Amino acid sequence: MPVLSLRKISKNFGAIKALTEVDLELEPGEVLGLMGDNGAGKSTLIKIIAGNFPPTTGEIVLEGKPVHFHKPIDARAKGIEVVYQDLALCDNLTATGNIFLGREIATRIWPFRFLTSKAMSDRAGELFGELKSETRPQDLVRRMSGGQRQAVAISRTMLSEAKLVLMDEPTAAISVRQVAEVLDLIRRLKDRGIAIVLISHRMPDVFAVADRVAVLRRGRKVAEKPTSQSSPEEITGLITGAIHAA
Amino acid sequence: MPPENDAGGSHRDIGDVRIEDVVSIKEQTAFEKLISSQAFWVTVALAVIIAVMSYLQPDVFSSEANFYNMTRNFSYIGIMAVGMVAVIITGGIDLSVGSIMGVTGVVCGVLLEGGNAWYVAVVGGLLTGMFAGFINGLLIAYAGLSAFVVTLGMMSFGRSIAIVLSQNRMIYDFGPDGPAFKIIGGGQMLGLSNIFWALIILAVVIGVILRFTTWGRHLYAIGGNEQAARLTGVPVNRVKAQAYILSGLTAAIAAILVVGWQGSAINALGTTYELRVIASTVIGGANLMGGEGGAYGAVIGAALLEVIRNSLLMQGIDSNWQGAFVGVFIVLAVLLEKIRGRKRA
Ligand SMILES: Nc1ncnc2c1ncn2[C@@H]1O[C@H](COP(=O)(O)OP(=O)(O)OP(=O)(O)O)[C@@H](O)[C@H]1O
Ligand SMILES: [Mg+2]
Repeated sequence: MPVLSLRKISKNFGAIKALTEVDLELEPGEVLGLMGDNGAGKSTLIKIIAGNFPPTTGEIVLEGKPVHFHKPIDARAKGIEVVYQDLALCDNLTATGNIFLGREIATRIWPFRFLTSKAMSDRAGELFGELKSETRPQDLVRRMSGGQRQAVAISRTMLSEAKLVLMDEPTAAISVRQVAEVLDLIRRLKDRGIAIVLISHRMPDVFAVADRVAVLRRGRKVAEKPTSQSSPEEITGLITGAIHAA
Repeated sequence: MPPENDAGGSHRDIGDVRIEDVVSIKEQTAFEKLISSQAFWVTVALAVIIAVMSYLQPDVFSSEANFYNMTRNFSYIGIMAVGMVAVIITGGIDLSVGSIMGVTGVVCGVLLEGGNAWYVAVVGGLLTGMFAGFINGLLIAYAGLSAFVVTLGMMSFGRSIAIVLSQNRMIYDFGPDGPAFKIIGGGQMLGLSNIFWALIILAVVIGVILRFTTWGRHLYAIGGNEQAARLTGVPVNRVKAQAYILSGLTAAIAAILVVGWQGSAINALGTTYELRVIASTVIGGANLMGGEGGAYGAVIGAALLEVIRNSLLMQGIDSNWQGAFVGVFIVLAVLLEKIRGRKRA
């Protein structure tokens, strides 16, 4: 059974048709590359899946059940985690603080909840271990490299048993070496059976990790292919419109 | 078809040496943390000034009476500062604390004058402060208005209400429960004023809350990246509103203590205190952009300002110079913060 099925998802912002009848399916452990030119509707699609706003029409089906999200935490409760384009990290907190933000492990002593720091930093250490990242739980995010920050944002998605991780341009603003690190992180998530939607403008990244690639053009899905049966040239043509559809 | 390069493979050829190992982004040791903290350096400055003054003016400055006065005088500013710091950590500001103090004092005075019990006056005062903070919080957190504008409005509104309620007179006839009320702020324990002890208790409680509870953690998160906090499910609006309620509450506590100590309520109580309170938090390491600050820093900042004020007085320097010195110290503190920030980056 697919983790996620989108059925005829459309989204209008006033007169702007950001998305028109997009269908998409994702199996567990599958990485889908989502590509398209600026303004094609990629972020809009991700935000709909993540519960930032509802679709104008269409249906989101999660493991066979239709779902309706009102805010991002609704989606997270259903096992959908997001790595936002700007990572959504607090620079002034530690790696651990960021990973557990909003779902701290705590002991209730009314009216307060006292943080159990040891348990959280141990767990954060485990997550970094699983990702083979050298990020240290007690380091401040402010002092981290771009790759380490990505590791923090990605570790956060592994805190609960996520089924689906959405990543909006995770390799856009980092160095070549760090890109390699992030791609490794994505492979590790995949090995854990997590389905991944990867938005990227970088053709090599998509071809390195994605099983399939879907192309959006002006809000419509114009192609969806296994990466093994396509080529960067074909995808480029689809994105620009030089190739009409595939 | 494979992409033109396998980035995943090529970087491993560099070998096992990781860039992080070479440039060594070390975990901060406790010592490094200490010496990079502004509160630490302010404590050092405080100790130096006290040492110098004790040497210059052994009989007057380090007398028991002067010590009692200094600890009392910085304590009510410190009490407000530990509430204020919660607001500043979120990236907000509360300009209304001085006026909240004024209204609270008058409310207590009026209640006592009307023959009410001391605890009715206390509860009435606390509720007044919390209510003003609640209105601030509602407008800032839920209506999304700027903290500067809202609390500036409350500053004006509160002062006006204080004048109207007091009918512009000093209230000193505290009725039958007056003596009991005055003991709260005017009394002393173990040779130190009750106001000072109240500060110690509040600073410890609020310090623990800031560092060790989810609520405290959320304040810092909001100041660090409000949007991120919201996306991860932090109840941003509620936490922000609560910070302003806390600030209103500490202003009310300060008012109750000061009115008890002085034995009268005037509607001008707390005028321009907001400046001293904000200065204390900033000198103690709070960042007006949010995300940084602490209860200890707020207390030590308030103490430093009072010791400077007192020292100038002792040295016979015209008291009109005080404002200039306070101003210099505020700017120095922010400058220091900037230099430390540059080192960190
Ligand atoms: N909140 C919004 N209100 C109005 N229009 C919006 C909103 N969000 C997106 N749009 C519009 O919807 C269209 C799709 O935007 P979207 O951000 O999804 O593109 P994208 O594919 O992510 O582009 P990029 O590669 O630049 O990130 C654009 O025309 C954009 O202007
Ligand atoms: Mg986008």
